[in-house]
Formats: sequence, C-alpha cells, structure tokens
Amino acid sequence: MEIAIISGKGGTGKSSISAALATLSEKVVLADCDVDAANQYLLFNPSHEEEQAFIGGQKAVINPETCTNCGICIPYCRFDAISFSRQGVVISETACDGCHLCMRICPHQAISMVNSDKSRLYAGSFRNGRMVYGRLAPGEENSGKLVNLVRDKAKEQARKHQLDTIIIDGPPGIGCPVISSITGAHQLIIVTEPSLSAMLDLQRAAEMSANFHIQTHVIINKYDLDEDLSRQIESLCKEAGIGMIGKIPFDPQVVEAMTHSKSITEWAPDSATSKEVSKIWLTLKSMKP
Amino acid sequence: MLPTNFKIAIASGKGGTGKTLVATNLFHSLSKAGIPATLADCDAEAPNAKLFFKSKEESTSVVTQKVPVIDESKCTYCGKCHDWCNYHAIFFLPQPQVIKVMEELCHGCGACLAACHFEAITEKEVELGVVTTYTLPNSNILAEARMHTGVYSPVPLIKAGIKAAGDHRMVIMDAPPGTSCPFIQTVARADYVVLVTEPTPFGLSDLKQSVETLREMKKPIGVIINRAGMGNRNVYEYLKQENIPLLMEIPFERSIAAVYARGGLIAESDKQWEQLFLGLLDKIKIQWK
Ligand code: SF4
Ligand code: SF4
Ligand code: SF4
Ligand code: SF4
Repeated sequence: MEIAIISGKGGTGKSSISAALATLSEKVVLADCDVDAANQYLLFNPSHEEEQAFIGGQKAVINPETCTNCGICIPYCRFDAISFSRQGVVISETACDGCHLCMRICPHQAISMVNSDKSRLYAGSFRNGRMVYGRLAPGEENSGKLVNLVRDKAKEQARKHQLDTIIIDGPPGIGCPVISSITGAHQLIIVTEPSLSAMLDLQRAAEMSANFHIQTHVIINKYDLDEDLSRQIESLCKEAGIGMIGKIPFDPQVVEAMTHSKSITEWAPDSATSKEVSKIWLTLKSMKP
Repeated sequence: MLPTNFKIAIASGKGGTGKTLVATNLFHSLSKAGIPATLADCDAEAPNAKLFFKSKEESTSVVTQKVPVIDESKCTYCGKCHDWCNYHAIFFLPQPQVIKVMEELCHGCGACLAACHFEAITEKEVELGVVTTYTLPNSNILAEARMHTGVYSPVPLIKAGIKAAGDHRMVIMDAPPGTSCPFIQTVARADYVVLVTEPTPFGLSDLKQSVETLREMKKPIGVIINRAGMGNRNVYEYLKQENIPLLMEIPFERSIAAVYARGGLIAESDKQWEQLFLGLLDKIKIQWK
C-alpha cells in the first residue's frame, strides 16, 4: 500500500507526521518525494547504498567560435532566453527551458545542449526499513520526473525487501511534482493547520486530488492553536466528502524530537501526539484500498 | 537611499516558515510610512497574501500559453514535429496514422510549428492562470499570480505577476518555496533577497541550500529567523560562520501565530512591529552600498 502525505503548502508539519508514521512499528519504505527540500534524511541518516544521477533537463549553450551573431535564433526562443549582449549573442541559463529549438534552427550549428546532471537519487536503509529520496539541484526543472523515479525505486525496494507499506512524503504546492507524488497511490493524507491560509491551500489540494480517484483523508495538525478554525475545517471537509482521520495537538516536543534527529513517536512515544499518530495509522491500515 | 523601484524577494527554502508573514507585514509597514509599493504574490501555486488586506480588484489578465493544433487534412504524417518536440507532447504513429497533441505536456515552445513544412500546424492559446491586481485604501498595489490546478509549471504566471507589479515603485515579492525553477525565476528579478527560516534542523538544511543558490546568483541576502526560541542555536552559528546578516527575529509566540492564522497583521495590531519591519529597509540599505 502506498500512502501519500501532502499539504498544499509546506510548514503544516507534513514531514514530521510522515516521519512519525514511518517509525511506528511496522517496517516501511519511506519515499521522500519533497525533492526540492528533502529533509527526512536529516532525521534518519540512511545508508547510501545506491546513488543515481538524474538528468533534470538540458540547457542550450552557444559556441562563440562558430556563432556568427546573425541573431536568427533570438525570435524563435519562446522563453526569451536568447539576447544580444556586448559579448555577442548569449543564452540565459536560468531562462532556458531546454526545448532544443534554437539548436535545431541555428544555420551554423553553433548551439549545443548540455545535461544538467547535478540532481541525485539515493536509496538505502534506515532504522525502520528502507528509504529512498531525491535531491533536485537548485534551479532544476522536471521535479515531477524525479518524483516518479523516487517512487519507482521505492516500489522496487518494497518488493526486494518484502515491505508492504510505502510512505510518500510529498512536496508542497499543487503542481506537477505533487501530481506525480499522488498518482496511483492508494491513500492520500492532506495535512493542514488551523489558519486561513492553510484552509485555502487545503481547498486547492483537495480540488486537485479530486481528479485522481484516491481515498483522501485530512489531518488537522496543531488543531488546538485555534479550535474555532479547526471546527470550520472539519465542516469544510464534511461538505467536500473528505474524511477527517485525525487531529493532532500543538506539541513543542515535535521540534525537540527533530533537533535530536528523532521522530515524535520515537522521542515521546507516550505523548498525546504519538498516540494520535498511532490511531491514524491503525485507521489507515484497517481501510481497504 | 534605495532606488525607488527596488525589488525585494521574501523567500524560504521550504514553505510555512513565515515568508508570507514577513512579506505582508513589510508591505503593510511600507504603506503606512507612505512609501509607494507593490506586493507581488509570486507563490502562484498557493497565493494567500490577499487574505491579509482589504482591497479592491483593479484588473485581471488571463495568462495563456500557446499549444499547437494539427490540421489532419494537411498533415502528411512525416513525424518531424514529434521528433522535434522535446517534451513528448506529440503522440505520433506512422502506421496506422495517428497524431495527437497532449496539451498537458506541452510547454508551448513552438518547435513543432517550426518543424512542420506542410502548414499543418497552427496554434491556439490555453489558459494557465490569472494575474489580478488589487488596490489598497492607501493606493498601494497587490499583484497576485494564481495558477490553475493541473498546470505543469507556475513560471509563466510568476513572470506575468512580476511584470504586472511594474517597475516604478518598490516591489516586495512573496516568492514560491524551494530552490527549483519557480524560485529562481522570482529571485532572478530581485535586487535583494530576504530568507525566512526557523531555528530547526529542517529549517537550517533548507536555508543552506537557498544560500548556496543565491550566492551563485550573486544576490545580496539577509536572514530573518521566525519562531525564534524553539529548536536550537545551529542556525545562528551558521549565520555567523557564513557572515550572513541576521535582519530580524520573530519570536515563537502563540499570539503572533494567532494573529496570522486569522489573516491579521502583527504590524497593524502592534506598532512596534511596524517600526521593526520598516527598520529592515535601513539594514538592507547598508548592505546595498
Ligand atoms: S542562430 Fe546560431 S549563429 Fe545565429 S546568432 Fe544564433 S547561435 Fe549564433
Ligand atoms: S533551448 Fe529553447 S528555451 Fe533554451 S535557449 Fe534554445 S530556444 Fe530558448
Ligand atoms: S509547442 Fe513545443 S512542447 Fe508543445 S507540442 Fe509543440 S514542440 Fe511540443
Ligand atoms: S510535421 Fe507537420 S506534416 Fe509532419 S507529422 Fe507533424 S504536423 Fe504532420
């Protein structure tokens, strides 16, 4: 079973909750799909048994030796990446989308494409099973593809090590990497908190996930910071037909656990937070995917 | 003095560290001080800044992207457009003859159009999202970029949002989380970047990645520590070691969290914060020289 955990936006405690679920009892595969800000490895210090380079994309570069500065390529680029400068025609690395068009139309074959290969995929073991995570190099695109790779690797690990459960810590937002994180997963948890911003993000995340026919649940984290807003979130979920699977109180021990490289369930197994997380886990396990 | 069209991006390696809190309060404080400014909400996947202001909608513009339309009566099924499409957005079979544009994969690069020698391709516009500008009672402006769900990248929205913010007044940009493409596209247009972090291991790890990226881009930076008092001192040590100015600390207090959760501004409810946020400009000024 693949359980994906997202939040519409970061900072709601999604990673801490994923970490807690991953360290309850049963051994699992933990897939950190927040490839833009992978964090789980900080808590779990996994072994790096496998490392794979990921080609995030390509960027066009001009060879100044062969470029005649004719400027033909400039209007073709839809991403305004090519311009005249004092050094002649240049391509902005940050603006280039890697479409190859300029390379194809340059009459002097002065443009070539270079791979961005700084992104990595790692797999290894951690203290409660296997862990797979991706790290997208700064400025790279195609995080969705890297997420797919992480998930494929996680499934392979699950088969190899006979682990039944994959926990996917998803990225923030509602874009391509999030969609890649939840497509085909069996259960989806959206973590929210009682604030107006988080409520809007929850709505957008729920709207997005509605297209995926996936069993969706909501956790309100730090619900007691504003019980009134929490109640509003609950009725919002009811209206949208999304089940509430748990309410976690605000707990300074969560950060304390983090600073000791532990999940809350490892650090304070008897705390109210850990108990609620266990309850959530049992509910999840009892559901037929 | 800072130039009147100075652009400050408020960013964080991950979401939820309080960058919207900083962006909205800074903007509010500038407005109170009579400084003409625009707040550009570039977090197009989860734009929430508008929540914090009473404002009047001024104008909306739809942001579109071109996608190809293939006229099958003119198409010779040569397959060149398929070969030139680097995003695998054209499905093509020579036998039996099938050709289909998969719009959700298309980046609108125009390569297929340039490839086709049989005038079988034209283009249409598809909607990616909207940029809306709002005016506040003090005539300052909020420009919000909002991506539709299911769109592959927020980047075109971000560009349009920053463009709508204009180049005549000070611009505060609420940047998207992470360090990938959307973040780069936002900070690339900034004169100064304020990084908001929290004093936890996750916060520090994300901060380091942002700092490395911004140093490569040669952007002047400063850091605000939000939720100061929780976690540990490692972020402070890192800042000292790397010689990065600590611009401000926002303590971890339930009252601050509560004001924010309800869509309020601490700089409005507490004048002291207004002064502190205004003071940011002086600190930035010193670095700017
Ligand atoms: S088309 Fe080729 S030769 Fe002409 S400016 Fe562009 S890169 Fe240089
Ligand atoms: S590869 Fe595409 S996006 Fe990059 S510079 Fe060439 S035409 Fe522009
Ligand atoms: S515009 Fe570019 S991405 Fe879209 S179908 Fe044509 S070649 Fe592919
Ligand atoms: S390049 Fe033109 S003619 Fe050839 S397959 Fe594409 S649309 Fe048809």
